[in-house]
Amino acid sequence: MHDSPLNDFHTSLGAKMIDFAGWSMPVFYRGINDEHLHTRSKVSVFDVSHMGRIRVDGGEGEAFLDHLCTRKLAGTAVGQSKYTHMCREDGGILDDLIVSRHADHWYVVCNASNREKIVAWLDQHADGRDVSMTDETFETAMLAVQGPMAIPFMEEQFSLSLAELKRYWFVDGEFSGLNYSIARSGYTGEDGIEAIVPAIAVPFLLPILFGDDMQAEGDCKPAGLGARDTLRLEAAMPLYGHELTEEVDSITAGQGWCVHVDDKDFIGADAMRTIKADGLKQKMVGMELDGKRIARENYPILKDGERIGTVTSGTWSPTFQKSIAMGFVKTDASEVGTSLSVDLGRKENAATIVPLPFYKRAK
Amino acid sequence: MSNPTDLKYLESHEWMRVDGDVVTLGITQFAADELTDITYVDLPGVGTSVDAGKEVGEIESVKATSELMSGVSGEIVEVNEKLADAPELVNSDPFGDGWMVKIKVSDTSALASAMDAAAYEQHISSQG
Repeated sequence: MHDSPLNDFHTSLGAKMIDFAGWSMPVFYRGINDEHLHTRSKVSVFDVSHMGRIRVDGGEGEAFLDHLCTRKLAGTAVGQSKYTHMCREDGGILDDLIVSRHADHWYVVCNASNREKIVAWLDQHADGRDVSMTDETFETAMLAVQGPMAIPFMEEQFSLSLAELKRYWFVDGEFSGLNYSIARSGYTGEDGIEAIVPAIAVPFLLPILFGDDMQAEGDCKPAGLGARDTLRLEAAMPLYGHELTEEVDSITAGQGWCVHVDDKDFIGADAMRTIKADGLKQKMVGMELDGKRIARENYPILKDGERIGTVTSGTWSPTFQKSIAMGFVKTDASEVGTSLSVDLGRKENAATIVPLPFYKRAK
Repeated sequence: MSNPTDLKYLESHEWMRVDGDVVTLGITQFAADELTDITYVDLPGVGTSVDAGKEVGEIESVKATSELMSGVSGEIVEVNEKLADAPELVNSDPFGDGWMVKIKVSDTSALASAMDAAAYEQHISSQG
């Protein structure tokens, strides 16, 4: 089991730790609901050091990554990041990732559960190209600072200027010989940043974030993976292993906006073109359930007694105090407003298709 | 974590308080902590018959759906109505205000196999 560079901090606050993709990570400190609502109103820090961080050096970084990614990367500026998928030849999603162009290299952030697979995939396709990969996951830490107060908080605590940084752009910096990277991005539906820092810098950062005693008694509090999941679900952001798997393609998964089949070739492009030409057999939808039961992953979705789909994620929304879910349904039953039911096992529960995302922050 | 010594426990983390022929059923602090924030408790109505070792209701938390099992057979004579509006009572006071149902017991034999507090603590420490 891998420990995050923040492990001592998590345990000192009494966080409940779980095994997440081979990492011991905090699921919550005070409670998922509390941490969720705090993120929507103030500022939370999420330890996301378990995510894979891979540096790509060499003269052919752009062509190499463009061949593997669904999104067009040519033309990406230095300081710009792109959300993208990597797929198999048949369009099955290997992972969703953030690819960033730095001054002299590229950087790939992938899901913890897929890190070894993606490192192997990159290595396998690097033959004969001027590229080399370095897995920096274990020598760095990654923190997401999220919430309506995130930007002013970070600016004040670290004497940074971030307000003008555009979403999905980043800045590289250096402090006392330690290199860091701060991106305007996140996985909560709130404004905020994600920072990659050397692991050895963590003990210096924690008192700045959480106070000298690191008790987090101010506006900035830690939040765990539990709240991260409920926050991303309200924002309708897909999660690998749920909405995204090797059994589904990017377009069917509702992420066609990051698939550029008309602009370039990439692994999986032919399959995606066929899927696009044939039309989608199923679609990703948002649902609201009547009552207080929760639709869990893999629960069947029914319409007029007939199975038309499957739930991928569901929760009790702390923000709206409603039961919300995402799932795949047959295209002809995917219209907003369609009445459905979810099979909870002992009984069926009425549900309605609603627009996604469930939550959109005020700008 | 202290589990009251006047209660009986099931391996599936329910507690039972025996008062004459009425058994009050709830889930333990350990179970409530494992489930995290409980959002809803789906319980049957008064008059429903329940069987020892069978499911009585379902508990929804942010994390998972779990079953409420009964350790006795009988008929439900009271349901904790407070949980409809305040399911968080199960997290904050699982052995008190977070109780779930009261069952009028027809057969007390199943109670003999339920654990006491010491045996239950052994059980949860063996689960890590």
